Amino acid sequence: MSNYKEMAIAKALNAGLQKALAADEKVLMFGEDVAELGGVFRVTEGLHAEFGQKRVFNTPIAESAIVGTAIGLAMRGYRPVVEIQFDGFVFPAFNQITSQLAKLTYRSEGSLQMPVVIRIPYGGGIGAVEHHSESPEAYFAHTAGLRIVSPSNPNDAYWMMQQAIESPDPVIILEPKRRYWQKGPVNLDTPPLPLHNARLMREGSQVTLVAYGPMVTAALQAAEIGAEEGKSIEVIDLRSISPIDYPTIMASVKKTSRAVVVHEAPTNVSVSSEIAARISHEAFYHLEAPVIRVGGFDTPYPPAKLEEMYLPDADRILEAIDRSLDY
Amino acid sequence: MLQLLAADGTYGVPKGYEKYGKIIEGLDEETLKTFYRDMARIRRFDVEATALQRQGQLGLWVPAIGQEGAQIGSGYGVGHKDHIFPSYREHGVALTHGVELISILKMMRGVNHGGWDPNETRFHHYAIVLATQVLHAVGYAMGVKLDGKVGTGNKEEDLAVISYLGDGATAEGDVSEGLLFAAVNEAPVVFFIQNNQWAISSHIDTQTKAPLYTRGEGFGVPGMRIDGNDVLACYAATQHHMDNARAGEGPFLLEALTYRIGAHTTSDDPSKYRANEEVETWKAKDPIKRFETFLRRQGVADDFFEEVKVAGDDLAKDIREQTFALQNPPMENIFNHVYSDQHPEIDKQRAWLKAYEAQMGDHE
Repeated sequence: MSNYKEMAIAKALNAGLQKALAADEKVLMFGEDVAELGGVFRVTEGLHAEFGQKRVFNTPIAESAIVGTAIGLAMRGYRPVVEIQFDGFVFPAFNQITSQLAKLTYRSEGSLQMPVVIRIPYGGGIGAVEHHSESPEAYFAHTAGLRIVSPSNPNDAYWMMQQAIESPDPVIILEPKRRYWQKGPVNLDTPPLPLHNARLMREGSQVTLVAYGPMVTAALQAAEIGAEEGKSIEVIDLRSISPIDYPTIMASVKKTSRAVVVHEAPTNVSVSSEIAARISHEAFYHLEAPVIRVGGFDTPYPPAKLEEMYLPDADRILEAIDRSLDY
Repeated sequence: MLQLLAADGTYGVPKGYEKYGKIIEGLDEETLKTFYRDMARIRRFDVEATALQRQGQLGLWVPAIGQEGAQIGSGYGVGHKDHIFPSYREHGVALTHGVELISILKMMRGVNHGGWDPNETRFHHYAIVLATQVLHAVGYAMGVKLDGKVGTGNKEEDLAVISYLGDGATAEGDVSEGLLFAAVNEAPVVFFIQNNQWAISSHIDTQTKAPLYTRGEGFGVPGMRIDGNDVLACYAATQHHMDNARAGEGPFLLEALTYRIGAHTTSDDPSKYRANEEVETWKAKDPIKRFETFLRRQGVADDFFEEVKVAGDDLAKDIREQTFALQNPPMENIFNHVYSDQHPEIDKQRAWLKAYEAQMGDHE
């Protein structure tokens, strides 16, 4: 029998970090305001007190240096975990992430490993000012050498944090900030899945709904409402954005013959573009309808008073499912 | 500016710089000869690499002629446990830390992107995106400090880090961030700027209003200018400030004032942006010639210089042969080491290309 504990996602991430810091003294946690304050979302709360200034520390407000020095520390044998305070603040570090962190193992023909974890609270729905609600995953998913994951629930948050820190490769964890306070059971003994496996969240027979991060909750709501209307919707939580677990998606689509992919990011040249292309390639003869994508519009993230209309929700997802079923 | 060897080869210690003079005065003749031998060696290598590029053997060459004093001097000032984060022109520094010169040409030919194992050489990879290496150096130095390998007083334990960068790179934000992180963490790192006065076609006046040795001051990193064409000043300053960093005195910045006699790279044409007279002025301050004058005055005989010349020709021949013998990398190297762990998409694409190439047959 496993031990379970009820936790919010933020607390589960914190507990996962705590466990990794306790297990390996080479694990470090640093970034802006992560020490005494515990981060603006309190994900690192208590870690500075427990592990001390050498292991958990505040840095100057300079994202390129946060990632750049994490690279140097990894070269020295450390396993740095860094926090980028908000999604829209990652871009000053873009060069270090894409031209250095992602490429150093390749450049060194395997002489160097880069076990660096970059935590980014991401996505909208919290009524924030500009640059605090973005979904930048496609920029990073396009870069070879990076791994990208996004937990949607406390159990995954707890385990994926630890698995990401154990990875010898750089991992970006996109934390669904508007779901930080969503609670659920955490199995304290056994990891649910390998880091890059998708999860079948709900079985259905008529259409496959693929989502990740903050949109998994919306997808499950849509499936629930759909069921009341007699629609059988299968829901997949992608969990990993790079690499994507295509076998799980294809097995489902080959069964349902229809697919809807949902995320908060703009759909133009996005994760859903790639999934749609791959489904059309690998499950072409199984399809009864084109793959439909539900996402943000191809605009900058709008002011908070408009975000409700910008963000996909259960209704927008159901509208897309209807189009797929009616095709 | 710290200068121990004037352009005419006269040795003298300026007032206030006695501690640097003392370092030089403790060197034996063999060490001085090694400085000369390696400066001559790396220049001969440079000339040969340029020729190899012109003959189509290399995709690109990045000449460092004129900067041998700064590179050999500082390179030998770095200790045998210290870590070195170069920019992309530090062939001389590479030589002083046992990097095989052919590895640099492998990279310039396109056999690989890195060429050597930084775990073995402590000389990290060339950083082509300017100033990115500065943050890696600072992070590495932060790690050294976390390991408690600073200021223990045990010379076999302590180590420091040196980050090379050019005058052009100082304009990048990563340099400012690196100076700041080094200062607030009191990291054991020396920033070694080779100010060769030209960032491709942009003169140093385009990059900075204040002298570069003052760049660290606002961040809490003290600095000093040295004559970059004076191998003795570069050696003494680097050794002294690396010692200080190892002892836990925090970061320091050295600006070595030198000159890029050649082009930025083999794709560049300096005649379009600078006067020949300027180049001639700097040729008169050549680091190798001035050191030769100094050594001759010290009583080093003709046969040593003759021997170095012959060794240079042998090196050039050897480098040519090694370059001609370089094999193209195997196809798998497109995919190998993108990740350390297994990755299903990479595996799939590797298998696809292999099957495709097999089906297309042999193109040779």
